Amino acid sequence: MSLTEASPISGNSPKEKYVSTEEQQRQIAARLVRQRFQDAAFRKVTLSFALLVLLLLGAIIGSLVWGSYPIFEKFGFGFLTSRDWNPVTNEYGAANAIYGTVVTSFIALLIAFPVSFGIAIFLTELCPAWLKRPLGTAVELLAAIPSIIYGMWGLFVFAPLFADYVQPFLTKNFGDIPLIGQLFQGAPMGIGMLTAGIILAVMVIPFIASVMRDVFEIVPPVLKESAYGLGATTWEVVRNIVLPYTKAGVVGGTMLGLGRALGETMAVTFVIGNTPKIAASLFEPGASIASTIANEFAEAGEGGHIAALIGVGLVLFLITFVVLALAKVMLMQLSKREGART
Amino acid sequence: MNAVLESVETLPAASPKISVKNLNFFYGGFQGLKDINLDILERRITAFIGPSGCGKSTLLRTLNRMYDLYPGQRAEGEIIMNGKNILDKSQDVNLLRAKVGMVFQKPTPFPMSIYDNIAFGVKLYENLSKAEMDERVEWALNKAAIWGEAKDKLKQSGLSLSGGQQQRLCIARAVAVKPEVVLLDEPTSALDPISTAKIEELLHELKHDYTIAIVTHNMQQAARVSDFTAYMYLGDLVEYGVTDELFIKPKKKETEDYITGRFG
Amino acid sequence: MSTAISPLYRKRLFINRLALTLALAAMAVGMIFLLWILTVLVIKGIGGLNLAVFTQMTPSPGSPGGLLNAIFGSFVMVLLGALIATPIGILAGIYLAEFGRRGWVAPTTRFVNDILLSAPSIIIGLFVYTIYVAQVKHFSAWAGAMALAIIAIPVIVRTTETMLLLVPASLREAAAALGAPEWKVVSYVALRAVRAGVITGVLLAVARISGETAPLLFTSLNNQFWSSDLNAPMANLPVVIYQFAMSPFENWVQLAWAGAMLITFSVLAINIITRVVFRQRTE
Repeated sequence: MSLTEASPISGNSPKEKYVSTEEQQRQIAARLVRQRFQDAAFRKVTLSFALLVLLLLGAIIGSLVWGSYPIFEKFGFGFLTSRDWNPVTNEYGAANAIYGTVVTSFIALLIAFPVSFGIAIFLTELCPAWLKRPLGTAVELLAAIPSIIYGMWGLFVFAPLFADYVQPFLTKNFGDIPLIGQLFQGAPMGIGMLTAGIILAVMVIPFIASVMRDVFEIVPPVLKESAYGLGATTWEVVRNIVLPYTKAGVVGGTMLGLGRALGETMAVTFVIGNTPKIAASLFEPGASIASTIANEFAEAGEGGHIAALIGVGLVLFLITFVVLALAKVMLMQLSKREGART
Repeated sequence: MNAVLESVETLPAASPKISVKNLNFFYGGFQGLKDINLDILERRITAFIGPSGCGKSTLLRTLNRMYDLYPGQRAEGEIIMNGKNILDKSQDVNLLRAKVGMVFQKPTPFPMSIYDNIAFGVKLYENLSKAEMDERVEWALNKAAIWGEAKDKLKQSGLSLSGGQQQRLCIARAVAVKPEVVLLDEPTSALDPISTAKIEELLHELKHDYTIAIVTHNMQQAARVSDFTAYMYLGDLVEYGVTDELFIKPKKKETEDYITGRFG
Repeated sequence: MSTAISPLYRKRLFINRLALTLALAAMAVGMIFLLWILTVLVIKGIGGLNLAVFTQMTPSPGSPGGLLNAIFGSFVMVLLGALIATPIGILAGIYLAEFGRRGWVAPTTRFVNDILLSAPSIIIGLFVYTIYVAQVKHFSAWAGAMALAIIAIPVIVRTTETMLLLVPASLREAAAALGAPEWKVVSYVALRAVRAGVITGVLLAVARISGETAPLLFTSLNNQFWSSDLNAPMANLPVVIYQFAMSPFENWVQLAWAGAMLITFSVLAINIITRVVFRQRTE
């Protein structure tokens, strides 16, 4: 019987070849029971680690709620809308930080979306084959650079240049336009909301571009050839065929970038100016939730201050959670469709 | 050796629409087509048959320079259409493809409404008013014998049609731009027998207005549908002639072997 | 059809050319930023890079010194974090790939995992602070390692699952046909087949946590001196860089740049090497 012969999987030695048949049967039965037990144990162990991931999420939310409870108890929902952030008098309102987070992320996305789109089109339609891999890797390297580096580069290199050349240019040419002009008033300090938004954009571009590129490559070549076959140009194929086909993926990738931008700490902390305020001009300094936490946690006194910081942390986590969940849903929609086709 | 086309008694005289001369094709270092010479006649259906890998799809795709999309693939020789060599660098590829349409093996409706699927190609090259476009869409869907089934669904996605209907939609899309030539690459191999029959009927109608080249795996289809058939093997054009003659009394033994199923 | 030189066609060709030029420009912009940042790092960092960086501790303002304790601390915490995260990540990834077809656990875990993957790292730091640091009332390297582990786990889970799903069914079936129990098919055959990809995932997670600053701010804090006590605050490169860069002291700023250069090029090296050596793409 082959089961008692030496085999790499069962690990038997040839010595057992000469055992009697009843003995063989017993050994096989015993081994099968053992294997069933091992398989069940294996399944249970891996299951528990998978559940650990779920537990982690629950624990994070739970701990944030618990840690910030005192603040919400004291201020209620006014915490979210009040603009007073004053550790000295124990007055805490998250509005400034929320504003800063949302505005810088919005600026970042405004810049990052078209650039990422362009990069994705380049990589899928224009790039010569031998360049695709190195350039694709280069884009991914941009994502790998630690955010503190972006912060330092932003503060020491980008901000001065921005203050000397770009800000005066913007004020001179756009400052007088009604409404929009408000955005570009004020002293050219280099740091501020706009700078933070731009640095964030550079950070987020590689994420969005990678997702878009992956998603563009899923489009079946036959479909594109059908359009080319009618005499369409490359841009027309992208605009009319690739884009509608990958719509969910493009939105999902963008929201992924948004989720990252919302939570980014170090890059923003260096250049946002860390002044909790809401102002019309983008040249003004501000604060984001993450930068506030990073800046103030070290010196936060007992009681209210820490709870307030955890409170804004909870707000940030919830906002990012919703955005990332939506992104995931969009991306899943696209892959489900792919599955249905093939 | 020029393909000699004799005894066209049952059909009125036709002139060559596309002349392929000394065509060689390379996928990188591999030669896919070896010195092909043939004429595809106007308003006739020419079928290309042969075992997998014989080069028939490759040949079809040179006729609208589809291979241009893929670096590493190149063609040498001449393909003359309307007096010009379409392989020449000076030939505008987009314009060529507006005159030479293509339908693929797998139906490829665009992710848009049925109406827009048809309108897409037309809008590229013609400025039609809404009424004119409506007319053209109806005309094209009629030509593809799908107007009846589609006319109440024009705003619905092209993907809501069945497989056979989708393929007819693709044919409608191809003829809507009023090309001179229509290339079909195994158009019915993914379809059921009834849809296949409908499309073959369609081809008989279309040939009155267009020059048609069809690649097919199915010899019976070639025999049913085409006026001329070319048998290819491993990149060579083995035999080319009037369909009835090629199938009943092939000139080459290889052709006979293939047709009678002795191999391939 | 005499559309060869029609104005409609000319316009289409123009738009096409414009769009493709803009795409090229976008690519160029991305590359310019990459090169700009790397060049700045080298220019500003190389001046501060000398033997002292690797042999002396972080100095007080104005005095000479190095980054040894910070480099050591980072090394220790990244290693600890990776050691904690890897088994958890791989086992969870195995569950998702092998047993994920029925039930609600796998899809939910996958969903949550992908959210945690992009979650703000400062919140992870806050989390560890709240449940551990605030409870034991001191900062420590353990806390830092914990925070880093939590950031690394989702990366490893994702790459392990992706890799395992790539194993061809025929390979698994061949093992099962020999009578192997499921756990052996997975551990000895499937996992081994994608060993390189899983290692890549771990290395990429390591690269990611090496550069993280925010989660360490309130877990391991920082330590001006040498410490190998895991229960006490431990120096680490990112927080040192943060502290020194924002300061008005010139020697501190110079050290910050040197440290920044060290971290960045190590992280980029890991990324490039894993991508080049382990060809299997982790999506």
